[in-house]
Amino acid sequence: MSHSTAATLRIRKLPSPARIGVYAFLISAAAFFVLPLYIMLVTSVKSMEEIQLGNIFALPISFTIEPWRAAWSSACTGVACEGIRGGFLNSLAITIPSTILPILFGALNGYALSFWRPRGANLLFAVLMMGAFIPVQVMMFPLVRILAMLGLFSSLPGIVLVHLVFSMPVMTLLFRNYYASIPQELFKAARIDGGGFLRIFFQLMLPMSVPIIIVATIMQVTGVWNDYILGLVFAGRDNLPMTVQLNNVINTTTGVRLYNVNMAATILTSLAPLTIYFISGRWFVRGIAAGAVKG
Amino acid sequence: MKTKPNHWKKQATSWAALLPMALIVVVGYLGTVLWTLKISVSSSRTFPTNDFVGLTQYLRLFGNDRWLLSLHNLAVYGVLFIAATMLIGFLLAVFIDQKVKGEGVLRTIFLYPYAMSFVATGLAWQWMLNPEAGIQHAVRKAGFADFRFDWIADQDMAIYTIIIATVWQASGLVMALMLAGLRGIDGEIWKSARIDGIPAWRVYVSIMLPMLGPSVATAFVLLSTAVIKLFDAVVAMTQGGPGIATEVPTKFIMDHLFGRANIALASAGSVVMLLTVLALVAPYLYARSHATGYREGA
Repeated sequence: MSHSTAATLRIRKLPSPARIGVYAFLISAAAFFVLPLYIMLVTSVKSMEEIQLGNIFALPISFTIEPWRAAWSSACTGVACEGIRGGFLNSLAITIPSTILPILFGALNGYALSFWRPRGANLLFAVLMMGAFIPVQVMMFPLVRILAMLGLFSSLPGIVLVHLVFSMPVMTLLFRNYYASIPQELFKAARIDGGGFLRIFFQLMLPMSVPIIIVATIMQVTGVWNDYILGLVFAGRDNLPMTVQLNNVINTTTGVRLYNVNMAATILTSLAPLTIYFISGRWFVRGIAAGAVKG
Repeated sequence: MKTKPNHWKKQATSWAALLPMALIVVVGYLGTVLWTLKISVSSSRTFPTNDFVGLTQYLRLFGNDRWLLSLHNLAVYGVLFIAATMLIGFLLAVFIDQKVKGEGVLRTIFLYPYAMSFVATGLAWQWMLNPEAGIQHAVRKAGFADFRFDWIADQDMAIYTIIIATVWQASGLVMALMLAGLRGIDGEIWKSARIDGIPAWRVYVSIMLPMLGPSVATAFVLLSTAVIKLFDAVVAMTQGGPGIATEVPTKFIMDHLFGRANIALASAGSVVMLLTVLALVAPYLYARSHATGYREGA
């Protein structure tokens, strides 16, 4: 079934004009998609003089790593000139707990919903799924006030909690659907053997959930790392994630814009999700399809 | 058979496990939405007040030129972004589906922008489109002194630059969804189409496209949510400018929440957004709840 494509039916020895057309389209499309990354890369290793000379498409005449060093440790964000190194560490500090906790709660929710099915839980789940469609702005001000009341506004635990709130629908759905494909008999057998709620979860279900945990991790890490608006509002000045610091570096600079430093900073910010993407390949696509079913 | 006390214990343990979810649903989702609703019918400025002013804020909102322009921009953006992303994504999927060499590489190339943040891609595009430094500058230096490509600095065209950048970012997503859909369609269709002498493009348009219904719906919902959320790309690329030419509702709301200390007006704006979203997704959710079994084994 997976090889059922148009071309199988018209295999020829020489490339037909249609084949050439197919490749021409795909290659020009690929060029368009690669172009911005290419321009970012070559710009980030050029000197400012070379950039002012004018050809953004040209390869660097003299290669320099200096913009990368500046972006990492000395670019100015308007207040201080410490580069986006701090933002990297902040993003790391935000992303790790904001990946582990939502996955843990998502798995626990999915497990309880699929196997224990307490009365009324499905209604709760339905409301949660509706919540996935609420624009963040609708919840933003009340959340700021609630976190302020709890003393968590502008703090690391605060931003982690916010990520937990906003990722709960998708994470719960992901695990609920995954557990729906596991036979109920397995669960019943574990119950007869005397397994309790937590024991079955940790010893039976979690070890079986590795594939979906990988998908969930990819989704959460890229999602949290790429978040801008929540970090901007909830993280507080000491925890600003890399995306916010990147925007500050580029959009608040006064005077001459250091395009090479800006591009290096942009690539540095994208490095984590891009690495995950290039390594994970098909798992990443699975995550998209899974995230797509929210609602 | 379960005994009564055992049953109660079972219910209690599972509800205890679901307590965080219940809290988030009741406080985090329902509570915050109701609170915003309440603020939107008050006269709150910096802090929430308890008075009731009816629909005053909504009237003020729809008398606000900036808000009306934001809505207009979002409508233009939404229609063009979804149409272009769907079309390009579908074309990429169809062309990749022709048993081409290097399929893996091509897919990787078309989808990588989706892994980056809108802030990062927005900043890269902002620079490429910058008339003084980007493409226009390069082409002029190459000898075409009259070449003009300054949309990002042009009030009438700036919104289209945001469309270009975000279409570039999201097309791969549609491609991935459509390609998965195409691969799930029975190959027999091709055989019968060939016997009947139907050209391949007609098979794609008249047979495949309708059969891709679920993939199309999924892509549509994902892209629609991206439209409603549009904020990062605008902030990174134009900051709403030139002037207020590329203002969008999310930015209007954020500015009034945090910069202009008018939380009641901002809340009215977010309620309008919420109603728009509900109007858009309600048919989809309705269809989903009636298509039993769909996605059950995802």
